[in-house]
Amino acid sequence: MTGPRDATNQNQLMTQMESPPRPQSAAGPVVGKPIDRVDGQAKTSGQARFAAEYPYPGLAYAALVHSTVARGRVTGFDVAEAAAVPGVLTILTHENAPSMKPPPRATLTNGGMIVTGTTVNYLNTDEVHWNGQPVAVVVAETLEAAREAAGLVRVAYRESQATVDFATEEEHAVPLKGNPLQRGTARKGDAEAAFRVAPVSVDLRFTTPPLNHNAIEPHATTAVWDGDRLTVHEGTQGIAWLRAHLAARFGVPEASVRVISPFVGGAFGGKGPVWAGTLLTVLAARATGRPVRMMLTREGVYRTVGGRSPSIQRVALGAAADGRLTALIHTGVTGTGRVGGLPEAVTSPSGHLYAAPNILLRHSLVELDLLPNTFMRAPGEAPGTFALEAAMDELADKLGMDPITLRMRNEPETNPIDGKRFSHRLLREAYAYGAQRFGWADRTPEPGSMRDGRWLVGMGVATAHHGTMRFTANVTVRLSADGSVLVRCGLQEMGMGAATAQAQIAADALGVPFEAVRVEYGDSTLPTGPGAGASAQTVSVAASLLAACDKLRRKVRALGEGGSLAEILARAGRDHVEAAVGSQTRLGTLAGQAKFIAKFLRDHRRWVKAGCGAQFCEVRVDPDTGEIRVSRWLGVFDVGKVINAKTAASQLRGGIVMGIGMALSEETLVDPRTGRIMNPSLAEYHVPVHADIPPIDIHYLDEPDPTMPLGLLGLGEIGVTGVAAAIANAVHHATGKRVHDLPITLDKLL
Amino acid sequence: MPAVLLRVNGTTHELDLEPQVSLLDALREHLGLTGTKKGCDQGACGACTVLADGVRVNACLALAVQYEGREITTIEGVASPLQAAFVAHDGFQCGYCTSGQICSAIGMLAEHGDDVPSAVTEHLAAGGVELTDAEIRERMSGNLCRCGAYNGIVAAIKEVAGADAAARVPAEAAR
Ligand code: FES
Ligand code: FES
Repeated sequence: MTGPRDATNQNQLMTQMESPPRPQSAAGPVVGKPIDRVDGQAKTSGQARFAAEYPYPGLAYAALVHSTVARGRVTGFDVAEAAAVPGVLTILTHENAPSMKPPPRATLTNGGMIVTGTTVNYLNTDEVHWNGQPVAVVVAETLEAAREAAGLVRVAYRESQATVDFATEEEHAVPLKGNPLQRGTARKGDAEAAFRVAPVSVDLRFTTPPLNHNAIEPHATTAVWDGDRLTVHEGTQGIAWLRAHLAARFGVPEASVRVISPFVGGAFGGKGPVWAGTLLTVLAARATGRPVRMMLTREGVYRTVGGRSPSIQRVALGAAADGRLTALIHTGVTGTGRVGGLPEAVTSPSGHLYAAPNILLRHSLVELDLLPNTFMRAPGEAPGTFALEAAMDELADKLGMDPITLRMRNEPETNPIDGKRFSHRLLREAYAYGAQRFGWADRTPEPGSMRDGRWLVGMGVATAHHGTMRFTANVTVRLSADGSVLVRCGLQEMGMGAATAQAQIAADALGVPFEAVRVEYGDSTLPTGPGAGASAQTVSVAASLLAACDKLRRKVRALGEGGSLAEILARAGRDHVEAAVGSQTRLGTLAGQAKFIAKFLRDHRRWVKAGCGAQFCEVRVDPDTGEIRVSRWLGVFDVGKVINAKTAASQLRGGIVMGIGMALSEETLVDPRTGRIMNPSLAEYHVPVHADIPPIDIHYLDEPDPTMPLGLLGLGEIGVTGVAAAIANAVHHATGKRVHDLPITLDKLL
Repeated sequence: MPAVLLRVNGTTHELDLEPQVSLLDALREHLGLTGTKKGCDQGACGACTVLADGVRVNACLALAVQYEGREITTIEGVASPLQAAFVAHDGFQCGYCTSGQICSAIGMLAEHGDDVPSAVTEHLAAGGVELTDAEIRERMSGNLCRCGAYNGIVAAIKEVAGADAAARVPAEAAR
């Protein structure tokens, strides 16, 4: 082990702006170094162009009309006033919209359908399935006209009974049927019986609210039809998925759809599925024969883009007096839409974290007449670690044990639920290092025992955990005789520094300076990239990129010997040599995917692969008002090898910031009578602001995973896990109060 | 439609604008200056922050016609050491809030230079408020970053504010 890396101190100071590429890497390998982002200059000068920022002659603007009822049928429209707004081109409804195909069923090899946000075939149906579903689209010459007219469209409905209140539907929850990747129910031993006789136990109920991603870039689409050829500018997490989906829905071959997405203004899961805004912009462009742009209003994002499901969770822990767990029960109820959505796997962490001989995990679902939920950063594990890790803290309290000691006493050798081997796990090291760095020994265990002036001070810990995934990725690498390298892959850049990381990998693999590598990405005309989800993009591309570089080296070495690869090329009189990994034909893609999935499942049966970490936090609570301030944070992570010390630390930090919001302020409020989201704005849904965020100290153990390409485990999501529990535990330490219902707002402390 | 004379980044543009066109949409849709971002269109996120005569404003809450005769600076017209400092300290990820953060920081440093207090300033009369992390965070809290790059942003601002007092002069940025 190379010892923890201090990411905070690795920022190099750049005092002068230069245009990229800038010389940063002296000689030697660059993987692991804190290299500045290759797109830094573009993003700090306003030159990075996002989906709504491509000019087209004759561009028209679209705006959505949202249903105001949760369920029923549209019985008629009054569009007279709207149509009279100067500049309105058309008002599309189910009465006049061109047809669109319903989404085909998802299969494992059919990524385009995995990203079906909902099964609703917008404007091809009079049915309404949630409050806020788009029922009409106005297209106009100007943004102002479209927006004004959308507000003037009157819609009549025949309402039917809708089920919209998650809290009261708990009793109707249905146990989830599992699949190889997500269990519904899992058990080991007899947890209920062991729990009943446990000498020390806690039995707790937790709730977490619905959450929204709130990427600062609202979903935006610019769509242009040229005959049967479609060009779409869109901020998406899955260029290839989106292309396949649009081709299927609009009945054109995939080859005639081009998706351009070089910059994505934040996504966090919300730009993975294909939502109404995208489909209806493409539909509006087809109906009008004009290039059409639609940027959703912030309210429109809430009404048409699914978020994180709420959850109700029970965690019951039984332990011997020495702290060894004898029973771990974690059951959860989450919600989904009747027209789409997925089970938020809240019980998942409890299969992996503690060596209990008896474990019961059960996940149940309620179907609601609401906008379908979707992936949001660390699906399942973000709310799941809240319940489990807050319960562990409470158990430690009851046992009179230090919460870290309790965790270490139950640290498993193999995956607790099924006995599979861990490919890698350094949680002990993370806690040991973190405790020392954070000054955990200074904590006096008694709640309310630490003060700073009038502030009550609390310290809390929790474990972070996130499973590892991989997708297929096609990549080409070209080396030119001048020594420059071009990497091409249709990957997505949403802020993780994807191109920078891949350039570092290619530079080391081919022995060229970092500055010599350019990465082309963000376009469906490039070799098909993986989706940017499940923290899997970097490792997926890296695997193919390394293979391609290998091939390339062999090709070049076949031309001659001696000197650098570029020198061999030059001597051989070759301008460039290229190597590709992955097939671009339909058949080849299918075969490749089938092989990949078979290998993935084989691997999955053998190993459990996951990143983990220790979250340490300190809060200050005002004893009179209950105001909670997070005053210090340390995250120590075991995420395998890290490619870029700077961007990796930022991603981990960003996850922690999102977790602080989840813990203290974020909540999407759904009206239990009407199913309408009541706070669809950034003024009423409170994401953390500058003033809420203390310095966040990030460390990682930098130990490569032996089973993954380059040793990468993925780190896009793990940062958010464990955060809410660490805060809840710190709040308890400060005040003696346990809050089991997120967010922990000040009223709950009074 | 009324002709509006907008002066942006040192150039005067004559635009035919409906009176309800926001300054933000005038910049993005009519002038093609898309560096200024729209995150909410409601004054809640700060992505649209530009400088009007050196003062930071949310362009989505401003009507273009109100800004005739004012000197508007957008990110395209900014040349500030803050930009390199944002890169060095990784004060962004997706980059969508970044233009607003940088323009806001320029305006904020000018306010601080003028001894404008903030909600966390302890002694209002003192003058010469020390630009602590808490002051920077409070003064920048109108600019949301969902990627959570707040630490890097504060570090970048602190470095520039400390290293070069000249960076506080908004006129410099507008030049
Ligand atoms: S777009 Fe102006 S404040 Fe959000
Ligand atoms: S960098 Fe993405 S919102 Fe700030």
